[in-house]
Amino acid sequence: MKFLARRLAFYALTAWAAITMNFFVPRLLPGDPVTALIGRMQGRIDSNAEHSLRVLFGLDENTSMWEQYVQYWGLLLKGDLGLSFTHFPTPVAQIVTQSLPWTVGLVGVATIIAFVVGTLIGTAIGWRRGTWADSLLPVSTFFSAVPYFWLGLITITVFAVNLRWFPSNGSYDRGLLPGLTWEFVSSVGYYGFLPALTVVLSSVAGWILGMRNMMVTVSSEDYVTVAHAKGLPSRQVVLGYAARNAVLPQVSSFALSLGFVVGGTLIMEMVFSYQGIGYTLYQAVSTHDYPLMQGCFLVITLSVLVANMVADFVYVALDPRTRQES
Amino acid sequence: MSASITTTAERGAVREGGRPSSGGEPVLEIRDLSVDYGYGDDPTHVLRKVSLTLNRGEVLGLAGESGCGKSTLAYAATRLLAPPGLITSGEVWLTGRDGTRADLLRLSDRELRSTRWQDIAIVFQGAMSSLNPVYRIGRQIVDGILAHRPGLSRSAAAERAAELLELVGIPADRLRSYPHQLSGGMRQRVMIAMALALEPQVLIMDEPTTALDVVMQRQILEQVMELRDRLGFSVVLITHDVSLLVEVADRIAIMYAGEIVEQADAGDVYRRPRHPYAHGLLGSFPPLHGPRRELSGIPGSPPDLSRLPQGCPFAPRCPHATDVCREARPVLGTTRSAEHGRLVSCHLHDPELRDVLPAELAR
Repeated sequence: MKFLARRLAFYALTAWAAITMNFFVPRLLPGDPVTALIGRMQGRIDSNAEHSLRVLFGLDENTSMWEQYVQYWGLLLKGDLGLSFTHFPTPVAQIVTQSLPWTVGLVGVATIIAFVVGTLIGTAIGWRRGTWADSLLPVSTFFSAVPYFWLGLITITVFAVNLRWFPSNGSYDRGLLPGLTWEFVSSVGYYGFLPALTVVLSSVAGWILGMRNMMVTVSSEDYVTVAHAKGLPSRQVVLGYAARNAVLPQVSSFALSLGFVVGGTLIMEMVFSYQGIGYTLYQAVSTHDYPLMQGCFLVITLSVLVANMVADFVYVALDPRTRQES
Repeated sequence: MSASITTTAERGAVREGGRPSSGGEPVLEIRDLSVDYGYGDDPTHVLRKVSLTLNRGEVLGLAGESGCGKSTLAYAATRLLAPPGLITSGEVWLTGRDGTRADLLRLSDRELRSTRWQDIAIVFQGAMSSLNPVYRIGRQIVDGILAHRPGLSRSAAAERAAELLELVGIPADRLRSYPHQLSGGMRQRVMIAMALALEPQVLIMDEPTTALDVVMQRQILEQVMELRDRLGFSVVLITHDVSLLVEVADRIAIMYAGEIVEQADAGDVYRRPRHPYAHGLLGSFPPLHGPRRELSGIPGSPPDLSRLPQGCPFAPRCPHATDVCREARPVLGTTRSAEHGRLVSCHLHDPELRDVLPAELAR
């Protein structure tokens, strides 16, 4: 318990540092948001409105950095991330909460599938190394070696354009009302299949290779030989002794890759025009939408932190050696 | 059961080997076991037609320098040899409690699995790495028991595990410890307790105390010997520590370059070695009792098993080597004076090849 408390404190500190950085970095950037917004709207905002915009952004009073920082925290805790420039005057929080579930749902599920499938295949190949199963390795490595956008484009060309089996972009049939109906959920699955497939294809090789190599290493450990010598059923030796230990490094990498789910899907969401957080971030960057960027960065940072924290705890549950006793 | 190798078959016939007897019926009989490392056209022959018999209730010591094939013999005889090791020939006969005999190398996987631990248990070299780091030791003892006694309840198996720990002098509440919470000596005791879980007939110990300090080595071995007296299993003790073997073993087999070169009662090997290598090996340790003597050692270095000379593998280092030693490979047979229960693999003991035995080998 003491260990958990210590880890939690550590993550709280990291989160504080990340949020503080997120506060300061945009303030170090040149330019001022009002001019930027007026510039963006290209004359659709009357220059007389400049003053009201300043009031809206809270730039009319000469507040110190510290006061701004305290205010920032206050607003943040209320869930207020400011207003987006591009989608003015939609609040950033609303845009983020709308796009985040799509990314987490699609890429999260795809990452979990890739991890589970890759680890299982890796276990099998690692245990029976030197058989035909080894030929799976170069095939899977090929898919992770080709640039992702190319893989995505080829998949769209083949399955969406030529074969017309799947839609080429979007996240659900626009004719449907979002809701927990079978029709809508199956439409989400249908639209998400191609992007998920490409994510799985491009990342599964890493899991296979990692697990296979760990299996090869662990299989020659003495305790695996002892398990054989004890006359345990092979299933128990493979799963309980070899794979059980080989999976530990996989779990750490899995945590890291979960963190990248939110931030690392930019290209996928661009290629498939999928309305996730990556696509939103891409739009925010290309339109100089600072508040939105800031919101995306915050969400990405926090999700990496949360993923790491979960992995930390899972790892401790899996490996007794990491439990510190004091 | 004498080994015969084609190049020296005619010489081998001269001294047809007798079986060393030290009472008891054989419980484990290794016959002509050969092991290669590597699958290619040119594998390394690590064991060449090794035959060895373990009698019921005895402690058989297996000694030799590093890389001579001691551990390979243990792994091969129990079919635990990892690739690229490959058993190319031989038989390993195990006599069951009811007197039935089975060749371990020809058992089906299922039969082999049920034989393991129940009849032959092994304590490995690495005390530190023989336990699965992520399971409590109680669980690791219990899963071995349950694999062979499927009807047993988990709690009954746990009770048995507690009993076993007490047997090796570890408090039973340690069952809930993870391996990393135990010292090296405790871990090796746990391994021994685990090995005795199903009261095996044969306990193979492959350098069980290598990683431990001398005091701990002695304690653990004494404990094993005491348990043997109590439970009556047979022991194959593999080590390079000959002076230790002299103390605890009933019989000693000395290996060199993948062959057994001498086999005799422990006291005989120690006081009256018959093979020049055994003599050299004993000269490399300070005597435990008696006057101090100069340590001589063995000149040269261990042979490269992939490039063995044509004749006797020990010939390049042997002070008594002659032309015949360099040309023909000797086989394991009786000593020159056909002593009871002794086998040696050396041309010096062939009256047709050599008139007299060097004095140091004729004591």
